Amino acid sequence: MNMLSEAAVEKALDKKMNEVAYKMIGKDVSVYYGEKRALFDVNLNVRENTVTALIGPSGCGKSTFLRTLNRMNDTIEGCRVTGKITLDEDDIYDKEIDVVELRARVGMVFQKPNPFPKSIYENIAYGPRIHGLARNKADMDQIVEASLQRAGLWAEVKDRLHEGGTGLSGGQQQRLCIARAVAVSPEVILMDEPCSALDPIATAKVEELIHELRANYTIVIVTHSMQQAARVSQRTAMFHLGQLVEENDTDKMFTNPDDQRTQDYIMGRFG
Amino acid sequence: MSTPLILLILAIIAIVCYVVGTRHALAIAGGLSSKLHSRPGYYGSFVAICAVLPAAIVLAAWLIASPLYINSTIRGGFPEDVKARSEAEQGLAFGMVNSLARGMDILTLDEIDRVGSNPAELRSALGAKGVALAGDPEPYMVESAGDLNAMNKISNRVMTAVVLIVALIGAGLSYTRISHRFRARNRVERVILGALVVASSIAIITTIGIVMSMLTEAGHFFGRVPAWEFFFGTVWDPRFAAAGASASEGQFGLIPLLLGTLYIGFVAMLVAVPVGLFSAIYMSEYASPKLRSIAKPLLEVLAGIPTIVYGFFALTTVGPFLRDLSSSINGIATGDFANFIQAQSVLTAGFVMGIMLIPYVSSLSDDIITAVPRALRDGSLGLGATKSETIKKVVMPAALPGVVGALLMTASRAIGETMIVVLAAGVAARMQLNPFEPMTTVTVKIVSQLTGDLEFTSPQTLVAFALGITLFVITLCLNIYALFIVRKYREQYE
Repeated sequence: MNMLSEAAVEKALDKKMNEVAYKMIGKDVSVYYGEKRALFDVNLNVRENTVTALIGPSGCGKSTFLRTLNRMNDTIEGCRVTGKITLDEDDIYDKEIDVVELRARVGMVFQKPNPFPKSIYENIAYGPRIHGLARNKADMDQIVEASLQRAGLWAEVKDRLHEGGTGLSGGQQQRLCIARAVAVSPEVILMDEPCSALDPIATAKVEELIHELRANYTIVIVTHSMQQAARVSQRTAMFHLGQLVEENDTDKMFTNPDDQRTQDYIMGRFG
Repeated sequence: MSTPLILLILAIIAIVCYVVGTRHALAIAGGLSSKLHSRPGYYGSFVAICAVLPAAIVLAAWLIASPLYINSTIRGGFPEDVKARSEAEQGLAFGMVNSLARGMDILTLDEIDRVGSNPAELRSALGAKGVALAGDPEPYMVESAGDLNAMNKISNRVMTAVVLIVALIGAGLSYTRISHRFRARNRVERVILGALVVASSIAIITTIGIVMSMLTEAGHFFGRVPAWEFFFGTVWDPRFAAAGASASEGQFGLIPLLLGTLYIGFVAMLVAVPVGLFSAIYMSEYASPKLRSIAKPLLEVLAGIPTIVYGFFALTTVGPFLRDLSSSINGIATGDFANFIQAQSVLTAGFVMGIMLIPYVSSLSDDIITAVPRALRDGSLGLGATKSETIKKVVMPAALPGVVGALLMTASRAIGETMIVVLAAGVAARMQLNPFEPMTTVTVKIVSQLTGDLEFTSPQTLVAFALGITLFVITLCLNIYALFIVRKYREQYE
C-alpha cells in the first residue's frame, strides 16, 4: 500500500518537473447535430509537437471532435458546439476569433485525397496566396519547394509541377494535400483517416511523413487502424459512443489500458 | 362496323381473355398458384395479348391497305378521257368522288330517288346536308361514288369478320397452351420489352422523318436558287409581291438573318449569363435550404411561361418603355425629344429573351455547381479560405466546363427562339450593328415566309425549309458540343 502511493507521488512529481506543454485544450466539449448529440463533455488536451491518435469504433465521435478543433463543423448545417477549446491561450469559439485565421493555424488533411483540379504548383500555392504569405514569385517558388520537400514529394514531382494534381497516384495526392496544408505553415495539423483510401506502400510513406512532421507541428490524427495508431502516435485517445473513454501514452494504451472498453476494442472484441 | 366499335370489342375480348386465362391457370394448379411457373395474372395477360395483338395488327394493316386498293380501282374505272388529263385534275376528280360518296351515305333513299341523276340538284341537296362540292358532279362521278361506297362496305364487313376471327383463334390457341410449366411470364415480358422498343423508336424515327422532309424541301429550294447565293448572299429580298412572275425570283441571302439571330442571341446571353450565374451561385452556396426550397421552384416557374407571353411583354411594355426612355434621355441631353431606340429593336428582343433564359442558365448551372464534390470545398475551407474565395478559386473553376456546356445549350435555345423575336425584333432584314434599331432573325423569316397564301412550290415558301435546316444544323452542333463538354466534365469526378 505504502509502496504504491509512494510511486504515485513520485510519478506526479515527475510530471510536474517535465511540465507538459499543451497546444490545444478541450474542456467539456459537446457537439449536437440538430437534435442529436454526437459528443458528450469531452475533456481532451493535445500536447505540443506530439502525434495524438484518436481511435474508436465508427460513429464514436472521433472525427467530430477532430473537426471541432478547426471549426470545420461550422460548415455543416445544424451543427452546434458547446464547451471551450483553446489554441495556446485563445478560445477558438470566441466571437473575436476569425475562423479563417484559425484554419490557417490549424490545418486539415482529409480522408479522401482532395487535390484541387489545378496544377501541382497551384495546389500548393493556393493557401499561401490567400493568406498573402509570398511577396513575389521567387518567394512562392520557395514555399512550394519547401512544402513539397516536407511532404517528401519534391523528388517525385519536381519535373512536372505544372501538370494537374489530380493526375498523381492516390498516395501522392494525399501527400500533395499534406504539402498543401504545410504550405500555410500551420501550428497544428489535423488528419482525418489520411490513409484509409491508400494502399499499404503509400500508407507507409504517409506514416513516415507524419513521424517527420512531428518535429515542427502538433498533429492530431483520426485512424481506424490500431497498428497505425501504435506506429505513429505518442498519445492515444479512445472514444466510444460520443464519450472520451481514456487518453494515455500510446505505449500504455496498447499494453495495459486503464479502461476495460479500451482493452476490448484493441483486442478486437467490438468495433 | 366502325373502327372504334371494333376496337371496343377487342378491348372487351382482352378483358374476358384475361379473366378466363387467369381462372384457368388457377384451376390447373388446383387453386395453389405456387405450383405454376408464373403468377396466374401472367397467364391471363398472355391469353389477352395473343387474342388482341395479332388482331390489332391485322386491323391496322387492313385500314392502311384497303383504301389504297379501293382508290386505285376507282381511279382505274374513270373514263378514258378523264384518265388522259393531268395528274392534278385526276386528283381533283377523285376528291369530288370522295365527297360525293360521303354525301350519298348521308342522304336517305327517298332523297336519292328524288334527286335522281341530276347533277345540279344532287349538288344542292348535298350542300343542304353540309357537304360542299367544288362543282357540278359529272355522271361518271356519281357512278364511281356508288362503286366506292359499295366497295367500302364490303371491305368493312370482311375486315370486321377477319379481325374477330383472328382474335378468337389467338385466344383459343393460347388458352390451350396454359399448363404448369408454361413460361407465361417470360413471354409477356418479351411483349412489354417490344412495346418499350417501339415507343423509343417512334421519337427517333420521327426526328429522322422531319429532317428528311426538310432536306427534300430544301433540296427543291436549292434547285431554284443556288446554294452559294443562299448561304453567302447579303441581301434578303424575297419579293412576295412579284411571286409567280417568273422573271423575278427575289434574293435570298442568309447572312442578314443569321447576323440578326446571333446579335439578338448575344444580347440575350449578356443579360441571362451574369444574372443566371449569380443566382445559381447564391442558390447553391449561400441560400438556406428553406429559402432554396421556395426560391428554386419559383425561379423554374419562369421557364414554364410560354414564350408568346414574353413576346407580348416585350411588345407592350419593354419596347415602348425603352423608346420613351431614349426620347427623354435625348431630350435632356440635346433638347430634341426624338427617340433613338426603336420600339422594336435588337435591344428589346435581346433583353426580354435574356429574362426568359435566366431560369435555364441558373437551373442548369445550379445543378452543376452543386455536383462539385464537397471534399474540394472542405479542402479549401480547411486551408483558411473564406466561402467567397472557395467559390471563386475552387468551385467555379471546377464547375466551369459544365457551366460552359450549360451556356451553350442555353445559346442554342436563344437561337431557336421564335415568338419573342417575332413580336419584338421587327421584320427588317438589315445588316447593321446598332442595337437600338430593329433587325430580324431566321425564325422570324420562317414564320413570315410560311404564313402567306403562296403555293408550296415557289422559292418564297421553300426557302423556309432551307432556313429551317440551317437553324437545325446550328443548334444541333451547339447541343452536341455542349453534351460533349458536360460529359467530359462528369468523368472527372466519377
